[in-house]
Amino acid sequence: MKVGVLALQGDVREHVSALIACGIDPIQVRRVNELAEVDALVLPGGESTTIVQLAQIFGLFEPIKNRIASGMPVYGSCAGMILLADTILDAKEGQKTFGGLDITVRRNAFGRQVDSFESDITFADGSTDLIKAVFIRAPWVEKIGANVQVLASVDSHPVAVRSQKLLATSFHPELTGDHRIHRYFIEEVAKPALEKVK
Amino acid sequence: MSEVKGTGRVKRGMAEMLKGGVIMDVVNAEQAKIAEDAGAVAVMALERVPADIRAQGGVARMSDPDMIEKIQAAVSIPVMAKARIGHFVEAQVLQSLGVDYIDESEVLTPADYENHIDKWDFTVPFVCGATNLGEALRRINEGAAMIRSKGEAGTGDVSNAMQHMRKIGGEIRRLSSMREDELYVAAKELQAPYELVKEIAQTGKLPVVLFTAGGIATPADAALMMSMGADGVFIGSGIFKSGNPAQRAAACVKATTFWNDAKVVADASRGLGEAMVGINVADLPAPHRLADRGW
Repeated sequence: MKVGVLALQGDVREHVSALIACGIDPIQVRRVNELAEVDALVLPGGESTTIVQLAQIFGLFEPIKNRIASGMPVYGSCAGMILLADTILDAKEGQKTFGGLDITVRRNAFGRQVDSFESDITFADGSTDLIKAVFIRAPWVEKIGANVQVLASVDSHPVAVRSQKLLATSFHPELTGDHRIHRYFIEEVAKPALEKVK
Repeated sequence: MSEVKGTGRVKRGMAEMLKGGVIMDVVNAEQAKIAEDAGAVAVMALERVPADIRAQGGVARMSDPDMIEKIQAAVSIPVMAKARIGHFVEAQVLQSLGVDYIDESEVLTPADYENHIDKWDFTVPFVCGATNLGEALRRINEGAAMIRSKGEAGTGDVSNAMQHMRKIGGEIRRLSSMREDELYVAAKELQAPYELVKEIAQTGKLPVVLFTAGGIATPADAALMMSMGADGVFIGSGIFKSGNPAQRAAACVKATTFWNDAKVVADASRGLGEAMVGINVADLPAPHRLADRGW
């Protein structure tokens, strides 16, 4: 399985390291031909407005949107969650997303940087161990569609959700050195999704 | 479930999210919107860009809170603001306004010629300038969560930023090649804490994100800095002192992402109109050089 990390802006390096730790040799995706090589994609943390802007300028926006619509497994953290959401609130005027995940996400919902925090939370992957979650100007999920499952919450706001092929967290597991979420994406989301296609 | 704010990971992590991006100086809400539309990852709110501070002289201070709040209201991207070196009350004010990052900046007139702000005391993260590795490590030791090269702000002359990036990179490479028993003297020479020196010798990089600043005025300047190992770029006077700010801002964003593709940098450089006029750093009398501020 070839996994890409969208490398237009953001903490690309940290996602690359986390995937390598999961036994994946990731490809950094900046161009359409690089996108065509990958079976699954990670959307990193960063500024969602900047990433969308660059994707549009360099002709990646529609191709990524189409790949998601045709079933490519994707994991997005923070900005990546915003990019996967069908609907966003508190967005820049006219801000677009790739969409695909039937959720409504509020940008910077936990507040500005002075409100950013870390917390040990439960993640519904079958383990009862807490996971260190780092929230940086983080969004939360306000509404979920019928086929979306909540995997983690903070103060009753969903902060990790998945559909069959898409996973999104409003926190940054790539910053902690704990690769549980990346492993979950590879083993429980991407692999089953790609095997079905075969 | 306990939530802890302002941890080292949260402060340094915020800078990780800005990587590969351009942070632009803006003096009002309108400019902030232009910067956001052009793809800036953050804006630096200040009353006068460095080129004007240089031209007008006088004491340069923290910006008016009203002006910072107007910019915060205008954009959804992070808003940074500058405090004078050592002026911890300006920093407290900026933190109370909820700015996302404080730049303890040599561009403003220093408030303390011996001490910098004790940045561990704050929930908000700080970025500080450095001209060499020792200076960067002293700032990190005081709690800076992000470092930028100083360059020579407000000149449009990239030579000092280049010199600082080479110096920081060279000194890191030198530490990596040393025997462990040589690091004590290296720490003494760098005037930096031994523990940080040892960490850098082992990892081969700063423990925080390294941006570059000071004199960057063109897409090629931005790409040059990225190829010198910068994680991202601050552009101060270079954008809104040029002929066509919106286009130049977008061009610098493109060149920062595709810094290693000369064709993209070439396309981004086309038809931008006039760049800021610029001053050669060599023509600046030494007392007017901002990079020398900080200790």
